[in-house]
Amino acid sequence: MAKSIDVSDLNIYYGDFLAVSGVNMTVKARQVTAFIGPSGCGKSTVLRTLNRMHEVIPGARVEGKVVVDGQSLYDPSVDPVAVRRQIGMVFQRPNPFPTMSIYDNVLAGNKLNARKMKKSEADDIVERSLKGANLWNEVKDRLSKPGMGLSGGQQQRLCIARAIAVRPQVLLMDEPCSALDPISTSAIEDLIHELKSEYTIVIVTHNMQQAARVSDDTGFFNLKATGEPGQLVEFNPTKKMFTNPDNEATEAYISGRFG
Amino acid sequence: MTDTLHEPFHTDPSTDLSTHVPLTKPQLPSIATTLAAAVSWGLAGLPALLLSWPIAGWVVVGWILFVLALPTWSGLIEGGRKAVDRLVTILVWSTFALAMLPLVAVIYTVVERGAGALSVEFFTASQQGVLGEGGGIYHAIMGTLIITVIASVISIPIGIMAAVYLVEYGKNNRLSRTLTFLVDVMTGIPSIVAGLFALALFTLLLGPLPRIAIGGSIALSVLMIPIVVRSTEEMLKLVPDELREGALALGVPKWRTITKVVLPTALGGIVTGATLAVARVAGETAPLLLIAGTLRGTNFNPFDGAMQTLPVLIFGEATRGGLAEYVPFQIERAWGAALVLIMIVMLLNLLARVVGSFFSPKTGR
Repeated sequence: MAKSIDVSDLNIYYGDFLAVSGVNMTVKARQVTAFIGPSGCGKSTVLRTLNRMHEVIPGARVEGKVVVDGQSLYDPSVDPVAVRRQIGMVFQRPNPFPTMSIYDNVLAGNKLNARKMKKSEADDIVERSLKGANLWNEVKDRLSKPGMGLSGGQQQRLCIARAIAVRPQVLLMDEPCSALDPISTSAIEDLIHELKSEYTIVIVTHNMQQAARVSDDTGFFNLKATGEPGQLVEFNPTKKMFTNPDNEATEAYISGRFG
Repeated sequence: MTDTLHEPFHTDPSTDLSTHVPLTKPQLPSIATTLAAAVSWGLAGLPALLLSWPIAGWVVVGWILFVLALPTWSGLIEGGRKAVDRLVTILVWSTFALAMLPLVAVIYTVVERGAGALSVEFFTASQQGVLGEGGGIYHAIMGTLIITVIASVISIPIGIMAAVYLVEYGKNNRLSRTLTFLVDVMTGIPSIVAGLFALALFTLLLGPLPRIAIGGSIALSVLMIPIVVRSTEEMLKLVPDELREGALALGVPKWRTITKVVLPTALGGIVTGATLAVARVAGETAPLLLIAGTLRGTNFNPFDGAMQTLPVLIFGEATRGGLAEYVPFQIERAWGAALVLIMIVMLLNLLARVVGSFFSPKTGR
């Protein structure tokens, strides 16, 4: 079910502004890949190109290739909606739908697409997804309550449950723990470890300890220079990255001697 | 200048620490405001009684005394900051009272003069064949309801869809900027111009001096659409982009994201805006006078002939003149109709609040 992603010569623009240039990497299936780097260097931008959420921003466009399972995502005949159904995404700030209950939030991917299903099937999906997101025990008695009533960490796990309820092949996470306390963060990191067996996961993080803890591969992004586009400086297995990086800039960033 | 600014920082820290900074200050007693008000208006009362000023003069002079007295007293005892606080508090409350004055006066007058006209007959009879006493405004209530409902059916969908285009699809391109500008211009169109537009349109279709109720609805739509567009646009802009992205990232097509996520999230505000737009045009007189005309009987067909409405009835009854013995009944009827119109608009406003709170996103646990 899980798929690998091949990115080659990816250039990402906002209008005329080249934001990220020349990205080449392979995200392996059933592995966690972390993107690290300073703010504004294009980590989230690259992440968003992986499920064509990039083009939601007016004027944004992409050159180069992103290949998932032999299909190029930026082929003119590809439907971005179909891509997003295969490649789910969790955002930096939890964004449960305020008009929906916890139950409906989990089913949002199905309900919003007007997929007909039996009540028992829907119940199964909700239970499986909430269990998968480590939230079931906390909310099983109040599934009909609004999703906005949960705490921040619970809301983020609800969003993860919502993303895995449609059974995507890849799960993209854009700084999923940056707004959370250490306990919620550790709950989500445990969850990432569990999800790894079924999904390919790409996570953007500012927290290098987190990257070291959860990921198998790590990509380090940086700006070439101030005002220049961002680039992928180094892409290596996490162990190698944090013990013996190829690039001096990576070592400087990881050891905190950056700048 | 710099010396005085930096002076506190150059003092010896040991003396600074030993200096006792008191946290308590002398305060006016809690009845100070009441006391100052009583004394001010009491003092103003003396010349008012002696020189037999009108009540307004007494209130104004008392107010001036109060504005001077309380802050001065406070300044002497409590210091400058508190004095300014009391002065601004008085000004804010005074402007609030001033703003409420016309509202309360209008409602009081309308209720006082109009309440007497209300009766079962007033709500169930038309004025067919009635000149003096008796008859009712049933025909005008029905006319106002029919014309306003048709105007809403025309303008609310157009307004909401235009706002959806502007916010969700236009994204500040040239067309959407032009449209926004034109909508702003339309907001300022005088209602008589909307009436003339409808009159010209139906003169083309039906010949000179048309009298048709649907024309009134169209004139009101011209006034309503920009209000609905603006209010809906503001509400849609309040929906966070994260929700749109959340839905899109689940593989939901854009149109479903708009209809199932964005619009429901903003629904409370949209309904409130639309209801306020209805309330706003329900009281329009000029365009209806031009195109819907006046009628003494009941007409339920908006596509044929004149139709009476409440504002036009009020205008007609209050200005008609005629036999002197009929005039008091006409005036009373006008006030009664005004009361009914205000009640309809108030009900709509209440409805908007209820509906708005019913649809707004829930955050309860």
